Amino acid sequence: MSETSKISIRDLSLSFNAKDGSPISILNSINLDVAEGEFICIVGPSGCGKSTLLNIACGFLKPTRGQVLIDGIAVTNPDRRRVFIFQDNSVFPWLTVQQNIGFGLPDPTSKESMATIQRHLEMIGLSGFEHAYPRDLSGGMNQRVEIARALASNPDVLFMDEPLGALDFLTRLKMRADLVDIWRREGKTILFVTHDVEESVQLADRVVVMSQRPAEIQAIVKVDLPRPRNLDDPGYLHIRDEIFHLMGLDHLGRAR
Amino acid sequence: MKRIRKLLRGLAGLGFFVLCWQLATWGNSRTDVPGPWLAIQGVSELAGQGLLWRYVVASLFRVMWGFALAVLVGVPLGLAIGRSRWVRELVNPLVQALRPISPIAWLPIAVLVFGGVRWWEPSDLAAIFLIFLASIFPIITAATSAVEGIDEKYLRVAANFEIGGFAMLFQVILPAALPQILTGLRLALGIAWVVLVAAEMLGVQSGLGFQINDSRNNLRYDLVVAAMLVISLIGICLDAAMARIENSALSRRGTAKR
Repeated sequence: MSETSKISIRDLSLSFNAKDGSPISILNSINLDVAEGEFICIVGPSGCGKSTLLNIACGFLKPTRGQVLIDGIAVTNPDRRRVFIFQDNSVFPWLTVQQNIGFGLPDPTSKESMATIQRHLEMIGLSGFEHAYPRDLSGGMNQRVEIARALASNPDVLFMDEPLGALDFLTRLKMRADLVDIWRREGKTILFVTHDVEESVQLADRVVVMSQRPAEIQAIVKVDLPRPRNLDDPGYLHIRDEIFHLMGLDHLGRAR
Repeated sequence: MKRIRKLLRGLAGLGFFVLCWQLATWGNSRTDVPGPWLAIQGVSELAGQGLLWRYVVASLFRVMWGFALAVLVGVPLGLAIGRSRWVRELVNPLVQALRPISPIAWLPIAVLVFGGVRWWEPSDLAAIFLIFLASIFPIITAATSAVEGIDEKYLRVAANFEIGGFAMLFQVILPAALPQILTGLRLALGIAWVVLVAAEMLGVQSGLGFQINDSRNNLRYDLVVAAMLVISLIGICLDAAMARIENSALSRRGTAKR
């Protein structure tokens, strides 16, 4: 299985010692295989460690035990071939939109890079905003710039940590649709953390449901629905309710 | 309209102070604490002598050199302390030990060390050294806390795109720390100007601090207060200039305060 998978998370655990010396377990023996080009969403109760899992997979944190393999090689450091996208927008406020998108390129002022930047500007619908600074843009626009910055350096994998969490409802719906379009066109492998079950069912090929801390994988739900997904579709509602059920909630969000 | 109201209020505050000053010094002569009118006459007398401009230039010259040297040493040092644990552990105790010593306390040492210098005016060097000492600690502190306060996510983005070393310094750390460093520089220049006058009252033969001392020795208290007015005015101008530099540097980088 792991020979053919893009990302392979093997027996991954993380714990640290509290002030009184007692160990606190955050992640407990996580195993997950992700195929190339697959869109995976990770859902779970807030504070369960799903962001931590993503940070380890990207190489920002070291696990206590186990490892993450990407293309069969253990992850030890951050790498430009797999880019992390933050919830609380990390575009650089001191750079223009254009400079931000070009940040990850080896020579951002070359003719080739300029063409790449321009292409990504058009893709996120921000042509004409090349020279604007982030503070002049809305939250949704800045999140697009962050996604464009990640895509411009042409990575194989995107790690997305609740990238739409800080946006208003309508912007979030629009961004979900855009994200699916981009993913279908570019064929990236995406690991997407969210606390929003509806979002996960709308986006993912498979939804990984995590338990309370210490987090374990509770279930992996395959979402075998055509895209774009209709939010009224019985198949969609069925899968959504199944995940709510797994998380111990009914479809109205009440604890069972 | 708002600006006019602000201006009027400021003038009212100043006016109240001048009125109290006038009442408290009513009938005083120039060998006593002078009133505002005598002080203003004193300014025009100093300006008329031509000595005032020479002294202003001498004072500004010392402040600029001392401050510039403090920036050149303090900003890199502060960045290093903020970024590197071993630099912090090596340098921080020394910085904390030197910081509480008033720069004025260094004057005898400064005069002793620079007194034998032949290639420059020794008293200038001593004053520049004191200015350097007065401004370097706030600069180090500002740069250190600016670097420590950089949001971790920006450093992670740099690491993610495999940007490190000098590229990281110039593309991420400096721009992220710049607003706070500039605020620190402005503060440090204010302190430098305050300390300069004290330094000039002690070992030099020119400058606004010297003017104060010299006038006192001649029992010309009107000229003492006149020099104080000039010091205030130049201090305001220096601060305004710094604020302007701060704002234009930041707005060119899209991070100006609004």
